[in-house]
This record gives sequence, structure tokens and C-alpha cells, in this order.
Amino acid sequence: MRIDQRNKKTFDIYNIMENIKKLILNTVPTAVIEEKQKLTVTVTFDKLHLLAKTLKENAALPFDFLVKLIGVDRGEELGVNYLLCSSTDLSKELVLKTGTTDRENPLLYSITDLFETAQYNEREVFALLGIRFINNPDMRKFFLNADWVGYPLRKDYDANPELNPLSLESVDMIDIAPRITENEKGELVEDTVNIFGEDDYIINIGPQHPSTHGVMHFRTALDGEIVKKIDVHSGYIHRGIEKLSESLTYPQILHFTDRLDYLSANINRHGLCMAVEKAAEIEVPERAQYIRTIMDELNRIDSHLLAWACQTNDLGATTAFIYGMREREIILDIFEKTCGGRLIINQNVVGGVMFDIYNEFQKDVKSFIIYMRDKLKEYDRFFSHNVIALGRMVTIGVLSKEDAINYAVTGPAGRGSGWSCDIRKHIPYALYDKVDFKEIIRTEGDSYARYLNRLDEIEESLHIIEQLIDNVPEGDICAKVKPIIRLPEGEYYSRVEACRGEFGVFIESRGDKFPYRLKFRSPSMALVSAMPLICQNEKVSDFIGIGGSMDYVIPDIDR
Amino acid sequence: MILNYSQPLEVTNLTSWLDSTLRGSLSEFWVLLIEFVIVGALLLAAYAVIALILIYAERKITAFFQARFGPNRVGKWGLLQSVADMIKILLKEIVKINRSDRFLFFAAPFFMIVASMLTFGAIPFGKALHAIDFNIGVLYVTAVSSLGIIGVLLAGWSSNNKYSMIGAMRSGAQFVSYELSAGFALMTIVVLAGTMQFSTMIEGQRYCWNIFNGHISSMIAFVIYLISGHAETNRGPFDLPEAESELTAGYHTEYSGLQFGFYYLAEYLNMFIIASIATTVFLGGYLPIQVKGWVDFNGIMDYIPSYVWFFGKTAVLIFLSLWVRWSFPRLRIDQLLNLEWKYLLPINLVNIVLMVILVLTGLTLTDLLPGIF
Amino acid sequence: MELKNVNIKGIPTAEFNDNEYLENYIKELEANGVNVVLSKIDELINWGRSNSVWPLIYATSCCGIEFMATAAAHHDIARFGMEVTRNSPRQADLMIVAGTMVHKMAPLIKRVYDQMAEPKYVVAMGACAISGGPFINSYHVVPGVDQIIPVDVYIPGCPPRPESLFYGLMQLQRKIKVEQFLGNKQR
Repeated sequence: MRIDQRNKKTFDIYNIMENIKKLILNTVPTAVIEEKQKLTVTVTFDKLHLLAKTLKENAALPFDFLVKLIGVDRGEELGVNYLLCSSTDLSKELVLKTGTTDRENPLLYSITDLFETAQYNEREVFALLGIRFINNPDMRKFFLNADWVGYPLRKDYDANPELNPLSLESVDMIDIAPRITENEKGELVEDTVNIFGEDDYIINIGPQHPSTHGVMHFRTALDGEIVKKIDVHSGYIHRGIEKLSESLTYPQILHFTDRLDYLSANINRHGLCMAVEKAAEIEVPERAQYIRTIMDELNRIDSHLLAWACQTNDLGATTAFIYGMREREIILDIFEKTCGGRLIINQNVVGGVMFDIYNEFQKDVKSFIIYMRDKLKEYDRFFSHNVIALGRMVTIGVLSKEDAINYAVTGPAGRGSGWSCDIRKHIPYALYDKVDFKEIIRTEGDSYARYLNRLDEIEESLHIIEQLIDNVPEGDICAKVKPIIRLPEGEYYSRVEACRGEFGVFIESRGDKFPYRLKFRSPSMALVSAMPLICQNEKVSDFIGIGGSMDYVIPDIDR
Repeated sequence: MILNYSQPLEVTNLTSWLDSTLRGSLSEFWVLLIEFVIVGALLLAAYAVIALILIYAERKITAFFQARFGPNRVGKWGLLQSVADMIKILLKEIVKINRSDRFLFFAAPFFMIVASMLTFGAIPFGKALHAIDFNIGVLYVTAVSSLGIIGVLLAGWSSNNKYSMIGAMRSGAQFVSYELSAGFALMTIVVLAGTMQFSTMIEGQRYCWNIFNGHISSMIAFVIYLISGHAETNRGPFDLPEAESELTAGYHTEYSGLQFGFYYLAEYLNMFIIASIATTVFLGGYLPIQVKGWVDFNGIMDYIPSYVWFFGKTAVLIFLSLWVRWSFPRLRIDQLLNLEWKYLLPINLVNIVLMVILVLTGLTLTDLLPGIF
Repeated sequence: MELKNVNIKGIPTAEFNDNEYLENYIKELEANGVNVVLSKIDELINWGRSNSVWPLIYATSCCGIEFMATAAAHHDIARFGMEVTRNSPRQADLMIVAGTMVHKMAPLIKRVYDQMAEPKYVVAMGACAISGGPFINSYHVVPGVDQIIPVDVYIPGCPPRPESLFYGLMQLQRKIKVEQFLGNKQR
């Protein structure tokens, strides 16, 4: 009976994907379809927009969630990979590939009008690879300064520091964005747009500001206290991790993932390890999977506690901030006893985990679960029903479900808008298919929904840990892995549910011990890209409060 | 004289002795001059010392709320922490800012400090510890304390900084609104007490504090005064003008060194001033707890000097203010103004009429139960 | 004359003996000798300054979170009187550079440093701020914040634990305590 069902399910998937293939070939007959790790479709650059549009509007299974937009220097050509998936079923994935051989003036068509989240990603690709996107309304470089010489992610990038010397001159912000559009006749027109109006009262929130959660720079046009428009500048912590990774072996890259979103360090690392393990076909021992899952969930609680603390701090409640940090410290103690790290714990390695759990691990975690449940009640009494807090959160910063999908906002924020987007449910990894937990979904989409979602997810994480903690099996903690791992040629994707949403890894390998191209999907970037939308016509103070409820981590965006 | 023996710790003897000694040898002009200078110097010293104590107390109490230790390295229990801060601030560079309105920029902190100093001078700290006793004391205090807002607005405008500007504008809106409520709440009690002079008002509360005397109406006025007073001092949950997490430091973003020190001191002193006015007007000022007929009890209570009573009552109110500050998140500007104009002010207007009715119809506690109160 | 007896509560002076630069400075001061009155006033000033270090957190990445942990209940930086974090550079005494410095940020940190009022100190917290850390080979990373602004104390670690931060801040206090404000010929 069960087997039948499973067969039927596989058959259904097969059927659906066959239909999709037909649809693709009907739309673009020249498309090349390959069955790799994911279904990969290669089209010429002029057909891509049409194909993406058809797939998005496909009623049976709409591919309306742009997970990743990856610029790749393929040697001959400069290209882009789009990982699309369906917002109703995240396990239905599809990769679109396109490219251009013009390395002097590479031009591709933008899909910003279909997927809003593409905008910042396309600007990032422009900054790092030099590909300009036609019809993208704002073609400024995203991470780098406008006068940066060269495109770092290209293979022929000249890293000579004399080309880009360290400048200490303060430069004025320029609010004129170049763009390139196609008019009705099919001609390309290059012109510029002014981001702000002439008499806008603009304040700079960031890059060094107590409440931007890092070094984000929001240029904000105000009308009195009301936010009219926000222009996001990023790159103040752009460390070029993706470029650095291209000259390091896989185990060496691992530590970078911890420093992306340092609050979900362990989960990010889990994601990269999974990608490598899948590609190299390494079997992870059961015990390691248990430890990984428990550590991930502890990490999630840690991060949500910090997010809660920071949000309350943004709303002006310093005492609540201190309380959140106090509880977090107990988790950090458990981490420290396990592997010596507090924030960045270096626990996952390819093939398993680096350190085994210590003798009293179970006891510590169990007593923490009891303690934390008690504290959750305290938070509820202390802050969740406070009149002022409610006034600052309810119906503030509303993000609709459509916008959440369009801007690819995942994690507690996406689920607060009513979008079921938990990777742990849709594409279970590690032990998530063996444990019982609820996906917390609220439909209000306001700051308060996001706030409550986090507290409820702490409770769910405690529940997951409770189911696993007594059943950790004996055995190895790490599979036998060669010190130098060579991945077979191909493209590998992996997706995990980090604390702020979906964290993704893309590895393109050419059979070397180094990755040819490595790309991380940052959940925070989607969160920030939605900020201008949901903060419009809110007060400045609510802008800060909404930022707290979105809970982005900037080094994750800038990479 | 018997009163003096029963209150050996009061400073009344000291002041009258000083006065008579001076008068014995000097002319009227010199006596007054010397006394004025002494009083002025003492007030200035008290101003600084109280501010330092308050800063230390706030840091310790905050730490207590937040499950921390608070300063404990400098001196015993960190007692000298704010002294160290003072030394540091006194010697810190005062940054001169280009493209700011230089004169107003330097003048603004003085407005702030002078306003709070003027108010501070009119507070009765205890028997014979009252620098000046106007017959319109309440009016004077209300009028002078609102000068401080000029300092804030000037600071915001002259700094040529957008954050300062927003902070100052918020502060202006907030202060003007809440000054209204605070004034009305005080007026309610003026109706009850029938005087604006602090000394008469305090004497009238010997057996029944104003807060009990006007029961319902006084209680409402007291709560409103605490809320609006708290708002006037720009402290959380009404700390929008500074709003650390939004505006970095609000209107005093560009001030450094001693100029910033002025704002820092004035903030704490305003908290003290609000609490002490509330003490004087509602809680019987420096008078001890007295019950009609209980002669022995009254004698014992009288033995505790008046300034201890005053500072004790004020400290309770300050603690309350800190408690509120560290428990609540911050209001938004529109919520803040809503609270004032839609709730506090109408309630206040009704309340003042209610108080008039209470007084006219003889429903105050002293009228109802003259035997006890 | 015992000129500079640096006393930091909680850590005996002997524990600091690993800092050659300061030891030599103290020796030099002792050899030259200073006016007694001036040195006493100096001691008072330095006592005040070293015990009232108000930090500005220039946090760009992970180390900022560790600073938050330092400020919170478990570690409590308030014990040193340093909990008054000033977000306005004009009012801060100490800039804690916590995190990687990149090219795009370099002019800004210089500007913030210039906005601070004297006396000002800088602590480089974490490997990235010291040298660029794991990202030293990157095209966009400044190899150490000391390329941009002068640094008083380096705190190694990635990220440094709160205890390390405390030790670093105590080193800074110690450094402030041997300063000469008055009667210094070089001034």
C-alpha cells in the first residue's frame, strides 16, 4: 500500500515534469533540456524572458519563486543560471541557463518585471561580472563602488591592487542610476533616472548606524516623519568570499560559510557540506546526522533569541534585549562545551561533524529545554502583549503573500505572510523527515506576525530537539573522507532552511579540487529587497521596527 | 524654641544663626550679598552632586532590572563611577563644527542648563532649605522649566545635522503638548490648595496630602502629572527625541565634551525636578507623615529631618520613573501625540472641573472628615 | 620616585608584564622624572579617563555580536563603566572596530574617526580588523584597520570571546593610565 503510494507519487512527479518539458519545448523549440541534478534548460538570451514568463504563468505548476540568480563566467561566454521553483511545492525545481559570448559589452534581458527579487541579484551580477541587463530600471553596481576597475568574478580579473587603490576620500552619493531599455521598435536606449525627486529630504540611515543590524545603507527620502522612498546601498562588508573560494579546496571553504550569516553559522555550513557530500557521494553516518540536526536547531533558537532581542531593542525596550541575550548565553555554553566555539562553532565538516557531543550534553540540553519553555512564557507576559509593543507592530510593515513570493522572502518573514516555504518540510534533509514538527504559518504579514513566528519557532525547535536528544545512536561521527576532495564535473545545488530563510549553495565543478564557481543564496538579501516596499508610507521609527522584524544580517548579503 | 530641640538635625538653627551673626556686624546690603552668593554656590554644588548621584543610581538600578551588576570597579560598589565620568567629560575636546550656526550652537546647551537651574532654585528641599518662596511658585516653575525646550530646538537647528533636526522637531512637538497636561494637572491642585505658593501649599498638607485630600480628582491629576512629567524629561518610553536606535543621539548628536555634559546633566536633573515638584504638590513636600491626635507618633516622625523626607519621597518617584523607563518600548510620534491630545488633555479638562465641584461642594477629605484629616 | 603604579582592579600589575612597549614607556618616564604636583593631577585625570571609556561600536560583522554578548547580562561590560555606548562619534572616547574593513567602508571609518573628540582611542577587535583575517587575500578587503586609522589595542580572535575583549579593554585602561596630559614636553 505504502509502496503503491510512493510509486504513484513518483509517477506524478514524473508526469508533471514531463508536462513541463513539453511546455518548454512548445514555447521555445530550440531549448536544450538536460537531466542533471536538476532539470536544466539552456536557451538563447533573447528567449529567456519569454520562457520564464510562460513558466511563471503556468497554471498547473507555476514556477514563480526565483531561488537563485547566478552569474557565471563560463570561459567562452558569460552566463546566468536561474534556479526557479514553484511556490506551492518547493521540491519542483528547474534551472534555466543562458549566456552571451560578447565579453566586451555583455547584455542580457532582465526578468525584474517577473521576479522583483531579480533586481538586486542582477545588479550584483553586473558589479561582479559586468553583464548589463536590458530593462532593469536601475543598473548601478550593487556591492562595489561605481568606479571600481574590472569585474572580480571574471576569470581574467586583474587583482593588481594598484588598479583599485585604497581611497580614504569621502565621495558624495550620486542618486542618478544608468539603465538600458528596449523601446517598442526593438532599439536599445541608454539613459539615466533620478532615484529621488529634486526637493526630497533625504537622510542616510547607515552604514554606521545602531539599528541597521550591520552596515546597510538606506538612503531614505522623508516627508516629515513618513518614509517616501528608500534606496538601498550595500557592499560595505563585501569581502569577495565567492572569488576567494575559487582558489581554495572544499574543506578550506567551509569556514567562510560560518562568516556569512554568523547567526546561523552551523546551518550554513551544513548546507555547503551537504552540497559537497551529494556531489562526492559521501554517506554521512547516522550519529553525525543526529548531532547536526540538534546543533542546527540549537543554532536556530540562538538566532531567533537574538532576533527577538534586537527587535525589542529596535522598539526601544533595552531590558528585553538583555533578557534575550541572557538566555542565548546558555546555548553558547553548550556549543562551547561541545566544540570550543561560541558564535562560530566550526562543527560540521564534509562527511560528518568534527567533534562528538560531550558526556553531559543530553543533560544540559534537556535542562535548557525546560528553562527555555519557562522563559518563553515570561517573554509572552513581558513583551508580547504590551500595549505599546502591539501599537508598534500590529498592521505595521505588511507584506502580502504575493509580494513575499515575488521578492523571494523566505524564513519566518515569508511564513508570516502565509507562504509555506519551510525547506525542512518541503525538501527534508538530515533527520527532518523523521521528526514531527509544525510549520508555523501566519497570514497577517505584519511585524507582529513575524515576531510571533520566531517565538513559536523556538518552541518547535525545542520540540524537535526533544525527540532527538535521547535517541542519538552510537557510531562514527564522520565518514572517511579524503583530505582533498575532487568533485566530478557538474553543477550542484543544495538548499537548507537557515534561521532567516532559505540558504542555498551552488557549486559548479570542473573536476578540480577547487570549485569553478561557488555561489551562496543569501536569505537576507531578499529580506532587504522587500524593505523599500513594505516601509513605504510608514514612519521612520517604524522603519527601524520593521527592520528589526525582518532581522537581516548584512555580511550574509554582501558575502 | 522647644521645636528646635525636638528637631536637632534641621538646618533652621544654622541658617538663622548665620543670618543673625552677619547682621550683627555688617550692613543690610552686605548681608544680603553674602547670603545670595552662599545660596547660589550651594545650589550649583547641589545641582552637580544630585546629578552625579542620579546617574550612578540609574546605572545601578538599571543593572538590577536587567540582571546585571552595574558599575562595580571604580571605588566601593562603583560609587565613584560618575565622578570618573565627570572628570573625563570636563577634559574632553569640544568639537567645533563647520557650517553650523556657531553662536546658537554654543548658546543652546546654556539654555538647557539655565532653565533647569532656574527651576531647581525654586524647589523647597526642606525647612529653611528653600532659596526663594514666590507667591506664584507653581506658575513660576511651570513657566521657567519650559524654557529648556528652546535649548533643544536651537541645538537641533544649529547643528546642521538632519538627525538632530528630526530629534529637535520631535522634542518640540512632545514638549509643547505635554507641558499643557503637566500645567493642567498642577492647576487642579492649585484649585484644591487655593494657593500657588509652595510654602503655603506644603503647610496645608500637614495632616492630609493633596493626593488624598482631593481623592479621585487628585489621583487622576497625580497620574497625569507623572506621565506628562516623564514625557517632558524625554525619557523612555517617551525618549523619541534621542531615540538611540533611530536617531543615533537625537538633538545632541553633534555635541561633545562639556556641552554634551550639560545635556546629560540636565536630563537627569529634569527627572529630579519633575519628581520633586510632584512631591511638593501632591505628597506633602518635606513634611513628615503626621496623623491628627497621635502626638507621640507625630513627635517621632518630626524627629526625622525634613530634607530626608523630601529626598525620600522624591527618590521613590524617581525609582518609579526608572521602572517605567526600563520596562516599556518606545512610542511612535503619532501615538505619543494621540496619547496627549486625545486622552490626557480631555481627561484633564474634565478633571479640573471635577476638582472645582469637589472643592465648592465640600467633598474633599478635609471637609468631609475634619476630625481625622 | 614611584611614578606610575598602574593599578587595574581585578588583575594584578604583574599580569600585564607581557606588554613591552608600555613597560619601556614607564621606565622612560621614571628615568626622566616629572613634577610631583603635575603628575598627581595627571594621575587623577588618567584615573577619570581610564574608568570612563564610552565606546562607539563600529561593528561590521560577527565581532559585533560578541560585543552585544559582552554588554549583556552574562558578561556585563557595565562593571567597567563602559556600558554607555554612544552612537554619536562626538561623544565617544573609544572606537571598537569589530569586523572586516573593506574598500567601500574605508573613507567612512576615517570620517567617523575624525568626528570623534580627543582624547580618542581605537581598539581593533578580531582577526579581520587586525589584518583582514581569513579574507586577507580578497580584492575588496583592507588588510587591517591600522591601514586607515591608528590602533591602540589589538584583540585577536575570530571572533574574540567577551573575556578577551575585557582583557583588551583593561590593556587600554592601563595604557591610558600611563599617559601624560600635563607637563609633557612633546605636547
